[in-house]
This record gives sequence, structure tokens and C-alpha cells, in this order.
Amino acid sequence: MGLTKSSMGNVLLNDDIKYYKNENGFTVALAGNPNVGKSTIFNSLTGLHQHTGNWPGKTVSNATGHCNYKDKDFLLVDIPGTYSILSDSQEEEIARDYICFGNPDATIVVVDATCLERNLNLVFQIMEITDNIIVCVNLLDEAKKKHIKINLKLLSDLLGVPVVGTIARKKKSLNNLLDTIYKVCNKDIIPSPKKIHYLPIIENKIELLNSKLKEFFDLSPVLYRWISLKLLDNEQSIIKSIENNLNINISNNVSINDLRIEIEKDLSNIGITKSNFKDTITSSIMQKAEKICNKVCTFENANYSSRDRKIDKILTSKTFGIPIMILFLGIIFWITIVGANYPSQMLFSFFGFIQEQLISFANYINCPVWLSDMLILGVFRTLTWIISVMLPPMAIFFPLFTFLEDLGYLPRIAFNMDGFFKKCCCSGKQMITMCMGFGCNAAGVTGCRIISFPRERLMAILTNSFVPCNGRFPFLITIATIFIASSIQGFAGSIVSTIAVMFVILLGIFMTLVISKILSKTILKGLPSSFVLELPPYRKPQFGKILVRSIFDRTLFVLGRAICVAAPAGLVIWIFANVGINGESLLNIIANFLNPFANLMGLDGYILTAFIFGIPANEIVLPIILMCYLGNGSLVNLDDTFAIGNILIQNGWTILTAINVMIFTCLHFPCTTTLLTIKKETGKWKWTILSFVIPTICGIILCMFTTLVYNIFVTI
Amino acid sequence: MNTKIITLNKLPVNKTGFIYNIKCSENVKRRLLDLGIVKNTCIKAILKSPSGGLKAFEIRGSLIAIRDEDSSLIQIYTK
Repeated sequence: MGLTKSSMGNVLLNDDIKYYKNENGFTVALAGNPNVGKSTIFNSLTGLHQHTGNWPGKTVSNATGHCNYKDKDFLLVDIPGTYSILSDSQEEEIARDYICFGNPDATIVVVDATCLERNLNLVFQIMEITDNIIVCVNLLDEAKKKHIKINLKLLSDLLGVPVVGTIARKKKSLNNLLDTIYKVCNKDIIPSPKKIHYLPIIENKIELLNSKLKEFFDLSPVLYRWISLKLLDNEQSIIKSIENNLNINISNNVSINDLRIEIEKDLSNIGITKSNFKDTITSSIMQKAEKICNKVCTFENANYSSRDRKIDKILTSKTFGIPIMILFLGIIFWITIVGANYPSQMLFSFFGFIQEQLISFANYINCPVWLSDMLILGVFRTLTWIISVMLPPMAIFFPLFTFLEDLGYLPRIAFNMDGFFKKCCCSGKQMITMCMGFGCNAAGVTGCRIISFPRERLMAILTNSFVPCNGRFPFLITIATIFIASSIQGFAGSIVSTIAVMFVILLGIFMTLVISKILSKTILKGLPSSFVLELPPYRKPQFGKILVRSIFDRTLFVLGRAICVAAPAGLVIWIFANVGINGESLLNIIANFLNPFANLMGLDGYILTAFIFGIPANEIVLPIILMCYLGNGSLVNLDDTFAIGNILIQNGWTILTAINVMIFTCLHFPCTTTLLTIKKETGKWKWTILSFVIPTICGIILCMFTTLVYNIFVTI
Repeated sequence: MNTKIITLNKLPVNKTGFIYNIKCSENVKRRLLDLGIVKNTCIKAILKSPSGGLKAFEIRGSLIAIRDEDSSLIQIYTK
């Protein structure tokens, strides 16, 4: 599965979607293979900007949208991208059930113009469950670049359904599609799909079952043939879902069952058995698809994908593949570190200025000191620190990372790394989910759905928090800048910070592999299973869209969440720092209690307290640490990261503290959002607790180890 | 013509073959069928993963990565 903009689409979480029906107009389903621009079409038509791409929609409502054309209202339903609807994976089931039982007025099957032959497989499969099909040949611009010409008129004749060509990125080209949708829904055009004719013997048996079914059930005409086909295939799970949705009972019908068993015998006599029935069906489909493509497609340049292949050869080469991957990641972090420095400083001084104004204003209106302190030094300061530290790196990192995603590079990373993951008995796709974890671990955990084997998916979920999410890496960057690169100025300094951050991230990846290996030998025993992944063609990312999408959909969303947590947390911490027993603040009491243990890890009690208070959102760890150190009302204006550094050094931070804080930032319990997502995805508290315990133990052990080594060195 | 049957994992990079038989488990086979990999489909080895153990093949215009464990259960014939 490719991980460019529309690949994951919106994963519908439940089958409530069946009940999505537009009362005042028409309902239109959007189906198609993954990565064909389905969601781009959906977004353009509905004007929605949902978190399509790599962040599976969290709610069903995300997957539907309205659009108006002429006098009608259309409800569009975006169905998860699937290669087929023959199998019983969750997404395919949702797609199949919705198209079949949701009774949309029309189903648009979006196909990739550059890969028509394979895409027709799905078109023919959908033809078996509905007649009201519109085929939308998307990515015509990509096809043009590759000198592939498609005769849409002929394709429409050969398929018997309306065919519309689109370039989803150009909104204008969608008018034609809208017009066709309108006509099909209005019955101005009535598609009459030219279905596949399977082998004569199979067609004959389908007929037999058809007439038998008609004796017992009264269904919509298109369904008889499909149910017969599924009976021949003996697809229990699909038959069950047919029975549930149509409220009929086929499996217990003796007469039908007898006929089915008889037919099964007949077919096996001529060599068509349960194990090769699907092959036969798919062969018939693919043969027809080949024939059609030979007629409608002209490849003016036989080596149409040579450019992609050349790039692939370099990006996945034995010598350069992995170094290039690390280099890309390094460049992204370097740009983030360098670019974020200056805006961060500006934000710090700006908010510092505002803070002073607020304090003098509070004095002016004779606000009680405890109240103004609580609100300004507690809530306001925590909030603004978070914005100053987080916003610039995020606003730079997200667009850069989205760029790599849109390009289609992530599946290549999975391809490059799969060998290592196989040795650890897990899937290379885990690498994709880890990359998504850079954005947000909760999204990474949800993204683990792309791993189809339950055991491997669990491993990916349990280890996802080993990659630092964007709530944590600005913190990593700050620490690296202050402690590791402080003595080196300018360009070299930024390179050193980058290397330090990269080192922590590679440590995270390494730990992921180690822990996966351990898990596969202990609680998640198993051998590596299969790995089939499509490496999509490279696509030119759209810079404008990337900027808008990554800033509005991701940066502001994540920042908003951090702020929501930070404001109350700032208040709580301030209270803890200023309310106490016998003159000692609660914060001090907790920190002192944790101090001996924290010392073993090369940290201090305040840092550990901050991590614990930071469970709701990792973003607030650094502000809490600073608040602890400055806790007792002392007012310090922070101008930049180096001011932060001074505070930390004054409070006894050494290079060891910095290293251990970085390690522990990477390896500790995930935030509540991630934990809740894990609970939702795995359904079990057991896995949720494990995902909390595993990284924490790793972090503690590693920190203790570095402390030990450091102390030995110091004593020598 | 000289036809030779080998397993897919033995197909050298940049060489072409045709699917003869898929002996993978039901689950994997289904996935391959979904991608249009059926008997007589033309398949070309394109890339080898730097970490080893899998290759990417060109099939019906798209690039599909398959692990050696699976491709060793797919028989192909070459002309």
C-alpha cells in the first residue's frame, strides 16, 4: 500500500456506514484501489479538508461529505481503498457491504490511468454486486507524462458503464464527473455493465444456483448471480454477511446446500476445486482486463516508467539505500533545527514582553498577587513556552515530512528495511507506522492497521512509542542545542545537534528491532509471515497543498491539543509548586521522594516528576521542569533556548543529565492519547499496560547503564 | 522454444518470466490474486532490498515487493 496522500483514505471504524443514506438527495459511494487519488476527488467534490493522507480518519462522519450540483444534493461516501472485494479483510468487508447493502444511488470506481489493467479487476468485481457504476479514470496527468493514452469512449463501450476521465488535482476536470453522477442518479443514463463471462461450466452452475435461489428468496436481481458465485466459492464469511444484511438464511437451506455440494463434486471432477476456484475467477477477470487494455491503451513510450525505475535503483541500492534514508531524515532534522532557532527566539521575547504587560496590568487593577501569579506565571507562561518551543519546529518539520510522504518515499523505506524487520520476525510495514509515529504516536498506532497480520500488528503497536513524536522532538532539539552543541557555534553547531537528535532516533529504531525480536520469542511467538507491498509511482508533490495541509491539519491540530493540556497542567503545577506542607511545596515533596531513584538514572527528582506530570501530553515536560526550577514565584524572562540552558545548568544539569533526558524522552511511557488509542485498537488492557511498561523499563535500564558508565569514567 | 520452470525468487533482476503456479498459503495467494497475479502473468524482477530477503517485481504496470519466503513458492516459466 502506498502512503501518499490518498492511500489510507478514511478507515471506517464500523459498519454503521450502512445506514448512511441521504434523505434529501442522492448517495454516492467512492470506491477504488489504494492510492488512486480517491480521497483527493472526495475532498475536491465536497470541499472538505479532512486528514486524509496518512492519518486515518477517526470517525465515520469524516468519510462522508456533501456536494451540490444543479438542483440536487449528493452525499458522498469515501470507502477504504481496496485491491479487491473477494477477501475478508476488514476494509474489504466494509467496502463490499456498503456498496452492496448500503444501496448507494451510484458507485464511482476510481481507477489509476497508469495502471488500468490491474484496476479493472476491482471494477469487474464491483460489477457483480451493483449495476450503477461510474468508472472514473483518474491521474490522467500522470498517464500523459508517461505517454499513455486511453480511449475513454471505447473503454465505456467495452465496460457498458459511463467512463469519465479526471485529473483530481485540477478541480475543473471534475465537472464532467459531477455531471455523470447527476445523470446516473437521475436515471438519465442507465449503466448496463458487461459482466465477466467465466468458464462456460461455471456460468452453467451459476445459472443452476440462480434458479434455485429464486425459488426461495425474493431479492434484487443483481444479487442472485453474486450469491451463487459466493456459494460456488463457499465463502462462509461473505455468505454470513449476506445473510445478516438481507435477513435471509441460505446456509441452512437443505435444498440449496444439496445442490451446492453436488456442483462442488461436478467441478472438482474437472479440476476446479475450492483451492483454485478463486484463481479461475481471477484469471477470467484478468484475461478480459488485458484484452480491454490492449484495445483502449496506447503506450507511446514502452519504457514509460524508466525514470521511476532509475530513481528506485538509487534509493534502494545496496550501498546507498540505507545511508540515503538516514541522510534524508538528517536533512529534515537539520533544516528544522536551523530554521526553528530564530522564530523560537522571537516568540520567546514576544511572549516575555506580553507577560510583563500582563503583570503590570494585574498590578494596575489591584489583582491579588496569588491570582495573578497563578494565571500569569502558571497558565500563561506554560502556554507560551509550549508555543515558543513547539510551533517553529513543527511548522517546519511537518511540511518537509509530508513532502517525503507525498513523493511516495515511505514505502521505499519499508522496502529497504524489511530485511531487518524480517530477522526480528515482524513486518517492514512497521517502518511506515514508525514514520507516522514521528508525527504523532497515536496516529502511528492507528496506522498499524496497514499490517494485516495480528501478531505483527501488535508488535508494531507496542513499539510505536519508541520513535519520538513531534511532542518530543522539539524537546530533544532544545536539549541537543543547549548541551551538546553549545560550545560549537553556527553551522557546525547545528550539524552536531542534528547528529545528536539522529542518534537518539536511530537508538529508538534499534530498540524497536530489539524489543520486537524479544517479543517474537516470548509473548508474541511466531515466525515472520508474508509481506506484499506496492511501491507506488513517484508523484510530484503539490507544494501549496502540502504547506496548507501540514500547517492547518497537523501543526495547529497537534499544537491545539498540547495547549488544551498545557493550560490546566500549568495551573496544577503552579499550585503544586506553591502550595505545601510545613513550608515545603508539594512539588518538592514529590521530587524529593523520587530523587534517590532518579539519581540512579542520572536524572533528578524534578525531571522524573515532570515526565510523570507530562503523561497527558509530552509537550509539557520541559515547561514543567523549568516551572519546577523557577517554581517559587521567581520571575525570569526567557529570551531564547540559551536562557533555558542557563537555568538547567544552574540546577545541576550536566552532559550526563542531558544525554539521559534525551534517552528517557525517547524511551518512556506514551502519552494518554496514545494509550487510549492502543486500548481502542487492541481492545485489551493487557496490551495497553504492556505498551506503557515496555518502553519505560527500557528507558530506565538504559539511563542507569549510561550513568554507570559515566560514573566509572569520571572516577577513573 | 526453450522453457524453463524456476521459482520466482531465483529470477534475476531485470529478467522477465511468466507465472506458472502459485503454491503460497491461501491467505497470501488471495493477496497476490488481488494484485492481478494469475497464471501466465508477465512478471519482471526490478529491485533487490538492501537489507536482503525481498525483491520488487513489476506486475501489470505496478511495482510489488514480495519476500523471498513467498516468492520461493511461486513457480514461473521463462522463455
